[in-house]
Amino acid sequence: MFAYIVRRLLYALPILIGVNLITFALFFVVNSPDDMARMHLGVKRVTPEAIERWKAERGYDRPLFVNTHADGTQKLTDTIFFDNSLRMFAFDFGRADDGRDIAQEIRDRMRPSLAIALPTFVLGLFVSVSFALMLVFFRASYLDFWGVVLCVAMMSISSLFYIIGGQWLVSKVWALVPISGYAPGLDAARFLVLPVLISIVAGIGANARWYRTIFLEEISKDYVRTARAKGLSELAVLFRHVLKNAMIPILTGVVVVIPLLFMGSLIVESFFGIPGLGSYTIDAINAQDFAVVRAMVFIGSVLYIVGLLLTDISYTLVDPRVRLE
Amino acid sequence: MDFRFVLLWTDALFFVLLALGLVTIVYVRRSQPLRAAWRKVGSRATGMATATILLAFLAIGLADSLHYRPSLPAAAANGGEAPADSRDAAYSSEVLSALDALLAPLRTRLEKTYSAPFAGELYARETVELPDGEQTRIHPRLKYGAAHLDDPESERGQDIAGRLGKGAAAAFGLWLVAALALTASLARRRGRGWTEAASALVRGETVLAWRAALFTLGAILLVAGAAVALGSHYHVFGTDKVGQDVLYLSLKSVRTALIIGTLTTLVMLPFAVALGIMAGYLGGWVDDVIQYLYTVLNAIPGVLLIAAAVLMMQVVIDTNPQWFATAAERADARLLALCLILGITSWTGLCRLLRGETLKLRELDYVHAARAFGVGTAAILRRHILPNVMHIVMIALVMDFSGLVLAEAVLSYVGIGVDPGTISFGTMINMARAELAREPMVWWSLLAAFAFMFVLVLSANLFADVVRDAFDPRRG
Repeated sequence: MFAYIVRRLLYALPILIGVNLITFALFFVVNSPDDMARMHLGVKRVTPEAIERWKAERGYDRPLFVNTHADGTQKLTDTIFFDNSLRMFAFDFGRADDGRDIAQEIRDRMRPSLAIALPTFVLGLFVSVSFALMLVFFRASYLDFWGVVLCVAMMSISSLFYIIGGQWLVSKVWALVPISGYAPGLDAARFLVLPVLISIVAGIGANARWYRTIFLEEISKDYVRTARAKGLSELAVLFRHVLKNAMIPILTGVVVVIPLLFMGSLIVESFFGIPGLGSYTIDAINAQDFAVVRAMVFIGSVLYIVGLLLTDISYTLVDPRVRLE
Repeated sequence: MDFRFVLLWTDALFFVLLALGLVTIVYVRRSQPLRAAWRKVGSRATGMATATILLAFLAIGLADSLHYRPSLPAAAANGGEAPADSRDAAYSSEVLSALDALLAPLRTRLEKTYSAPFAGELYARETVELPDGEQTRIHPRLKYGAAHLDDPESERGQDIAGRLGKGAAAAFGLWLVAALALTASLARRRGRGWTEAASALVRGETVLAWRAALFTLGAILLVAGAAVALGSHYHVFGTDKVGQDVLYLSLKSVRTALIIGTLTTLVMLPFAVALGIMAGYLGGWVDDVIQYLYTVLNAIPGVLLIAAAVLMMQVVIDTNPQWFATAAERADARLLALCLILGITSWTGLCRLLRGETLKLRELDYVHAARAFGVGTAAILRRHILPNVMHIVMIALVMDFSGLVLAEAVLSYVGIGVDPGTISFGTMINMARAELAREPMVWWSLLAAFAFMFVLVLSANLFADVVRDAFDPRRG
């Protein structure tokens, strides 16, 4: 098991390097730093000096890969590639355009993001699985049919509609919670209820339908028939046998997103004014702060790879037949 | 009126896609198993009903893809003097489409700013001077909406009912013609009498579920009839901030949604199919490289990769304005680039599915036999593997569509979607969002965008379900 994890982590390295090369190519090769400077400074203030100053501030005035003006190892380290891409492996992301340290900013903003994402994930999973189990319990009945219709209808609604409609109904018409905002500490709960609720509702349609398919596939298997023949009640069959065996396909889809919860949700956070990583990313995209976007891409990839590893490990926990070699 | 035909990039690709669709139909007609699968789709009421709705959307999108530049009156073009370059300068820089021409009344009747659906007055108050010199703040009357009524408040109900009746009558007439034509063709094909064909249709005993299609067509015609009857004298869905008719905007958004939903899959299809079956069939280092490639692309969170790519592409477009003759061409380039980027980020799922399926197919007897006979690798892939994974491609194509339509709205909201000048559901929502805090609320453009999206995505989802049921061999 330990050897397996180490091997998987080593395997992650080439993937991260690939991610790094792609982002580097996107940000520095497709467009020269001059183009970026011109775009950033706007049409009015573009003078050759302004562009040079913009590049110098960010260290973009150096060569991309090999610095022929420097000596020794500096030839390779005093370059844009080294400073902006390789440093990321040490989680050193440099500074954002407003001069703040990106790594510090990410640490600060992780907490609000998690405060929304974690309850959404846990409660959402619970609600969707329960709903799917209920549909399976009443399978091939009108309840099942209309439940599936409801799921398809719910997944056909834009997530923006859930957010805008929810804000309007709960905050404006019923005036139960503030429309948006955030407060540190326990006070945050007031602001978090609505985004969490909306995220759960928005996810039910697609998730419950998917879980239902998984459960239905399990329920036609032989061990279920045996369990029924044994005289177990339908509820016991569902919870003790079907749910347990359906864990593997469910885990495949679910565990991989757990680490990504840190990244927060772009849309929800920006609608509700939550100072998390999602809104940080959106602000960076809108302000065209390339350093922040690059850092988030890198962190996202790292978390995705961690998620894949966690998925494998979780298999061994729910299915004793699986051994990681 | 004189005009010059304009072929935008997305138009061309859209037509290529349609041509491919027609080729597929010919191919399907010749192949027994495929014909059986599609007949299964057609025999389900849901399949025929949603297909009818999707075809209606396709017709709107198609009309909106025939672009042209109208010629300008010589006087307006160059201040009365004969233009120096008479060929070029005589055409407007505004690119219009056939749909714009059809909807000219909706497009040209601009109000000043917001107005509610069916309203006779502007949403905002304005200071006007009364004849006696005093000033007062009132809601001024609209220039076009309900302008034919003297007192909208009291006359509107009756007027709307009258127009609705006329629209419904026209729709019913059209529907009757369609129903008769359908009965005639059914009677001819089956070699039966009219009454027999009609009764089979009514009782839903035809091979394809024509009754459902006819019902849906009736509903579509009713809605269209009502819109035509009312749209000429009211703003059915109100107007937006700059006074554009929201119904017009919603109809224009359909094309953007269709383009994103279909072209994205089209551009990614060759990569996904080629790489997927190559990785599965060849194995070895080819498999390793391709797997590495899609793991890397998968590792980057989709939205961020799209954001980064769109930001970069925006820089390229902004620094090279000389590439584009008109604003429409620039917006079109951005739309196409968005499709490409979405395609690059979304081909990995299909590629992995195809690889898995090919791994299974590779070990089947007939493939072994082909190899033993000395058939080349390329021929095996083309003749024996490709046709047997096409059902997966077909399912992926229809399943992805609705997700992409929804994604467009979210991406445009984040600011990494289509060009702000392109009319799309996302830009409509984005514009309307700023006005939600106003009192009374400006809800109509939001609701119109969401309603159109809902109908489109719901029909696509239901259609995709039927197609998957018919094509997936595991679902008997």
